[in-house]
Amino acid sequence: MTVGGAGQLGSLGALASRDTPAARLDARVKVLATLAFVAVVASFGRHDLLRLAPLALFPLVLAALGDVPLRALLRPLALAAPFALGVAAFEPLLDRAPAFTVGGVAISGGAVGMATILAKFALSLSAALLLVATTGFDHVCVALRRLGAPRALVAQLLLTHRYLFVLAAEAGRSLRAHALRAPGRRRPTLRVAGTMLGALLVRALARAERIHAAMKCRGFEGELPLVRRGRPGRPDALFAAATAALLLVARAVDVPARLGAGLAGGLP
Amino acid sequence: MHMSDALLSPAVGGALWVVTAGAVAASARRVERAPDARRVPLMGVLGAFVFAAQTVNFSIPGTGSSGHLMGGLLLAALLGPAAGFLVLASVVCVQALFFADGGLLALGANVLNMGAASCFVAYPLVFRPLAGAKPTGARLVVASTLGGVTSLVLGALGVVAQTTASGVSTLPAGPFLALLVPIHAVIGAVEGLATAALLRVLWRARPELAPASAPSRAARMFTVAIAAAAVLVAGLGARLASALPDGLEWSVARTAGAAPAEPAPVPLPAVAGVGITLAAVALLFALLRALRRRARGA
Repeated sequence: MTVGGAGQLGSLGALASRDTPAARLDARVKVLATLAFVAVVASFGRHDLLRLAPLALFPLVLAALGDVPLRALLRPLALAAPFALGVAAFEPLLDRAPAFTVGGVAISGGAVGMATILAKFALSLSAALLLVATTGFDHVCVALRRLGAPRALVAQLLLTHRYLFVLAAEAGRSLRAHALRAPGRRRPTLRVAGTMLGALLVRALARAERIHAAMKCRGFEGELPLVRRGRPGRPDALFAAATAALLLVARAVDVPARLGAGLAGGLP
Repeated sequence: MHMSDALLSPAVGGALWVVTAGAVAASARRVERAPDARRVPLMGVLGAFVFAAQTVNFSIPGTGSSGHLMGGLLLAALLGPAAGFLVLASVVCVQALFFADGGLLALGANVLNMGAASCFVAYPLVFRPLAGAKPTGARLVVASTLGGVTSLVLGALGVVAQTTASGVSTLPAGPFLALLVPIHAVIGAVEGLATAALLRVLWRARPELAPASAPSRAARMFTVAIAAAAVLVAGLGARLASALPDGLEWSVARTAGAAPAEPAPVPLPAVAGVGITLAAVALLFALLRALRRRARGA
């Protein structure tokens, strides 16, 4: 993770504060729909690349309904890619048996496997990013609490998220100070980093005490009050039904093969 | 280090979600049972600190590469296992939602690999006994280094076990282990050294934060019980997932099947179908975008 990564975090959450059709949907419905989507994406087998195609509908419709620019999704995806890529890259080396032929050219099972892993990576992670970009982290947390997540965990999530920018900016200032004093060195040594982070930690703890004092002044007694609003309405039911239909159809029917067969059947 | 959604099967991912949910609920109950309002903001700020600390890359001595703190051991040392685990779980959640690190299905696996390994195994079974009641100097360094190595190697073992049990990647367990474990042993040693350096600075500046006494018997029992339960249930879950492919989910059976001996011709109609599907999706996307643009303009 980079300092730039922490900066972009703000922009992703800020997208959700706008009034869009996706933002108006009930947060619980979106959380559950996203989880179901991710599970269905993962349920496809190693060589099911083609069958993943219909599932692209979910993130793209959500992005359109939430006015989320695709740029905002592609950047974090690219930053997170190395691990999935690293494992996927072994596929073509390990599985060289030709699985398919096209016009005399063989395509190995590994190549299909690698493409499948990458497609699953893009689908399931863009769904997670879109959940935040269309809902906002605070509402995701409220939804989690209403779905039964423990109070201590939800308080923890809210506070971690709230102070992230503050402390990331402080770490950034420390790094700049180091760069100014050690221009020849690209990054601090372990020893220097220990001192830097130690100072950061001491300041963070002092900050926690100030925050606690401020919270007490405002009547905090151990539980963060959460704004609970609304019940799911008709748009939520529609969204849930559409998502369920998409997931069921994509799971039960080989949509591309059916479409292709229909096309071939229509041609003489 | 993050396990990825793309490598997990729903059965393995789901089983680990259940295990993690249980560990989180037990830790939350433990934290809530000792209500200390001061701890709430402290835990929140420490979670944010772990994030911020991960933006500071330092050079790893003897190599050309760089690393950063993971924070599991540090959190356990500062807050105790239950609260440390809760903080780390929330950090992993935020990483999955904002940074596309891991993903939502892999959340359970990642919280276990990073949080449970460091808070419920490395801290109570390695760090604590080695560091003793008043950790100073060399003892602290040795305890943190071994604790860091333990937690990172356990995490790497988790990644390999989960990947193999899922069967999405063809990577066999042996070479995958040989690849990941040595790297993570090194990363773990660096993690331990960084943790020791941090704790030393902190305890020098704020002596009152140093651990005053050994944890109670009940606390120790709790962490060991959680560790044992996590290992047991994770093992059982993986066993079950691989033994009962049909009962648990649809795809493991097909995934586990060997590649066809005879290459089949590329299903051209299906490829055409993908073209049509994606074109339809793209058209719908463009249409919705245009509608939204008009709605915003109006």
